Amino acid sequence: MTNAHHDYDVLIIGAGGAGLRAAIEAKQKGLRVALITKSLLGKAHTVMAEGGMAAALGNVYAEDNWMVHFRDTMRGGKYLNNYRMAELHAKEAPQRVLELEQWGALFDRTKDGKILQRDFGGHKYARLAHVGDRTGLELIRTLQQKVVSMGTDVFMECKVLKLVHDTEGRIAGCVAYDRPTGEFLTFGAKAIILATGGSGKSWKFTSNSWEGTGDGHAMALWAGAELIDMECIQFHPTGMVWPLSVRGLLVTEGVRGDGGVLRNSLGERFMFNYVAPMFRAETAESEEEADKWYDDHTAGRRPPELLPRDEVARAINAEVKAGRGSPHGGVYLDIGSRRSAEFIRRRLPSMYHQFMELAGVDITKESMEIGPTNHYIMGGVKVDAETAATSVPGLFAAGEVAGGMHGANRLGGNSLSDLIVFGRRAGMGAVEYIEAGAVAHTMNMAEVEEAIAGALAPFEKEDGENPYDIQRDLQEMMQANVGIIRTESELVDAIAQLDVFTERVKNIKVKGGRAYNPGWNLATDLPAMLTVSKCVALGANLRKESRGGHTREDFPKADDHFGTFNLAHSSDGGNWDSPITTAESPLLPIPAELKALLEEAK
Amino acid sequence: MTDVTLRVWRGDASGGDFENYTTTQNEGEVVLDLIHRIQATEAPDLACRWNCKAGKCGSCAAEINGKPRLMCMTRMDQLPEGPVTVTPMKTFPIIRDLVTDVSFNYRMAEKVPALLPPPMPEGGYRMFQEDVERGQEFRKCIECFMCQDVCHVIRDHEDNKLNYAGPRFFIRYAELEMHPLDTNDRRDFIREDAGLGYCNITKCCTEVCPEGIHITDNAIIPLKERVVDAHYDPVAWLGRKIRRKTKVSTAAAAVQPAP
Repeated sequence: MTNAHHDYDVLIIGAGGAGLRAAIEAKQKGLRVALITKSLLGKAHTVMAEGGMAAALGNVYAEDNWMVHFRDTMRGGKYLNNYRMAELHAKEAPQRVLELEQWGALFDRTKDGKILQRDFGGHKYARLAHVGDRTGLELIRTLQQKVVSMGTDVFMECKVLKLVHDTEGRIAGCVAYDRPTGEFLTFGAKAIILATGGSGKSWKFTSNSWEGTGDGHAMALWAGAELIDMECIQFHPTGMVWPLSVRGLLVTEGVRGDGGVLRNSLGERFMFNYVAPMFRAETAESEEEADKWYDDHTAGRRPPELLPRDEVARAINAEVKAGRGSPHGGVYLDIGSRRSAEFIRRRLPSMYHQFMELAGVDITKESMEIGPTNHYIMGGVKVDAETAATSVPGLFAAGEVAGGMHGANRLGGNSLSDLIVFGRRAGMGAVEYIEAGAVAHTMNMAEVEEAIAGALAPFEKEDGENPYDIQRDLQEMMQANVGIIRTESELVDAIAQLDVFTERVKNIKVKGGRAYNPGWNLATDLPAMLTVSKCVALGANLRKESRGGHTREDFPKADDHFGTFNLAHSSDGGNWDSPITTAESPLLPIPAELKALLEEAK
Repeated sequence: MTDVTLRVWRGDASGGDFENYTTTQNEGEVVLDLIHRIQATEAPDLACRWNCKAGKCGSCAAEINGKPRLMCMTRMDQLPEGPVTVTPMKTFPIIRDLVTDVSFNYRMAEKVPALLPPPMPEGGYRMFQEDVERGQEFRKCIECFMCQDVCHVIRDHEDNKLNYAGPRFFIRYAELEMHPLDTNDRRDFIREDAGLGYCNITKCCTEVCPEGIHITDNAIIPLKERVVDAHYDPVAWLGRKIRRKTKVSTAAAAVQPAP
């Protein structure tokens, strides 16, 4: 059997913000570049980003600069970050945002014609460049149009199954299948950049689309790279909770940045009761003080609704648990009583539309019912900050699939800027690697054959399980046992149950043919979903403290010892069902001058 | 919770037929929820596209009771009682079931002459809200391609696909033509290669746009005035020369240093 084969210099898996930005960089250097995406071009999860991209442009508050942004990012990440990534991100984000305008982006403007910036949680100054509440769409369309104008090859609706090495262990390509026909394809590549996004689909309530199955995380692990911080998962405080069919759907933090507040069933602005000591000095103590801040950041301190996302999500969880929740198990987000209908429709048009159409709620008049939803994984492939290189020669990773940049908790708005800063760096890193010359030339065909055999196995069973049943049970189990608040007994149970899921996945029976068969596609997603779930559960069990997006009921405080390392996972065997080893990986030491910036803030 | 029947078209390029599925419908559910329930139970190989399930990505366009709609934004309780018919978009070739080959649109995207801005000054361009707002309306487009699906120029005449870009790309051209930084001139291209003249402004595209973009009034008609008329009318031709100057001077203003 011969499969269609394509050769490229740089192959990019994933066509969201990071993948597209990487493609532009590599293409500008004159290399042969292709993008592979599971969906159509322009549909990646980046379109769902709403509020904006953080960059210390200083257009609204001239006091802002990269040092404040760096400090905010490290504080938000509870100091578990790769400091060098946070530093490069803060320094380079402004230039990356400005360059988008050369490619056609149209951001909202200040009165003097500069890019307008919006307030978000954890950012000291108004810092998010935005277009209403559809900034992700603007980013992906701008990059997509640039990539297309450069004549880049794009393989749409193509699912990569596994990365392939040469005999010396370098990355040499990958094996994939074309969804419309079900035919297998092989790609030879000197360098591969993973830009596959997140993994929220292993949970029941998530803002992620079907694509968020952690393919890149899993493929990197199987290929020999390490995954770090996998236990650090962001539950975004404001997801829709009703109707059930849209539970988990994102409600932008921009609602709070623009004046929206959280209330419990008694009508109280409860966030004032949940200000952690590290944020007390800069957070308002009364509603009067908080309300002055929106118009003038020097007139009062920040409202507690704009604490980092982990803090707000835990507070909402606690209110619901204490019996002060809304009828469908959330709390209320109110902007209708605080801002004019005209303001809300102009600043938050897609939120207005989303609630009106899907929930029958007019947010200019009524409160929204919201609750935490699995939104983002801070953990990911361990990479070098400068080049986005992994420990496997020829393999790079950028965007949500990469780990380290955000530490234990990501600030809102730092994701879109992460994509363009490290997407570019991954493109540069791949080009440098190729120019250095020690690249792979031949693919280990045994790896290709093995991946194809694995993908076809579910057709050959006489009888077996429906992949949708396994997916549903996995989502319920991860939601229940590895959710926002965790405890040892549940995590140990989850780890044991994941072994049972592994056996179930081996027993999948797929019905129908290979052409555009969603059941088969899900069967090929499940191995990655299980690999990611295992790393999350293992990490969550070993990190016996609470930090950022990892909260332990049995260890409710942060522990300084755990603040000195990441938990790093590696695969023993490289198959999806191979055992996973977890080890402590010390944090990079922070240079004195940067440490001083963090000390100042304390 | 009630039971409802969906008539879903199933098949591929070689042909197909409707299949009836009776499934449960819960409060607040949209058509896509029911399609997903059918996939998870009776028909795991039922092909449909979707991504965000929030009306933001434009993947799940199909024809519901004969009208192009996003499946994720069409609430079951707002459809008339009785069976609901779901068919793939008619204008594009079938791949399988509800999935069509929309590559026509990506080919049209490759032909778009890119934005041509002046070099960026230190600290970025200057543009004003009132100048970016016109383009922002068109950049709300989620590329669901329902305007393309409903446009009779290509829905009923396959041959026209060779030299007709369609409403999605007319708003793209309008956006570029109105972009404060653009200095490129696409008017001949829009008339000759994109086939703007074929559009006879029946507004079908505007009616189906899930983003409420005023495709006909705000994009196609101004674009026609700028392009088609200018070609035939010497007075408009003169106006074109003048407007072209205006376009260049707007772009020049965006690179002025801050006052």
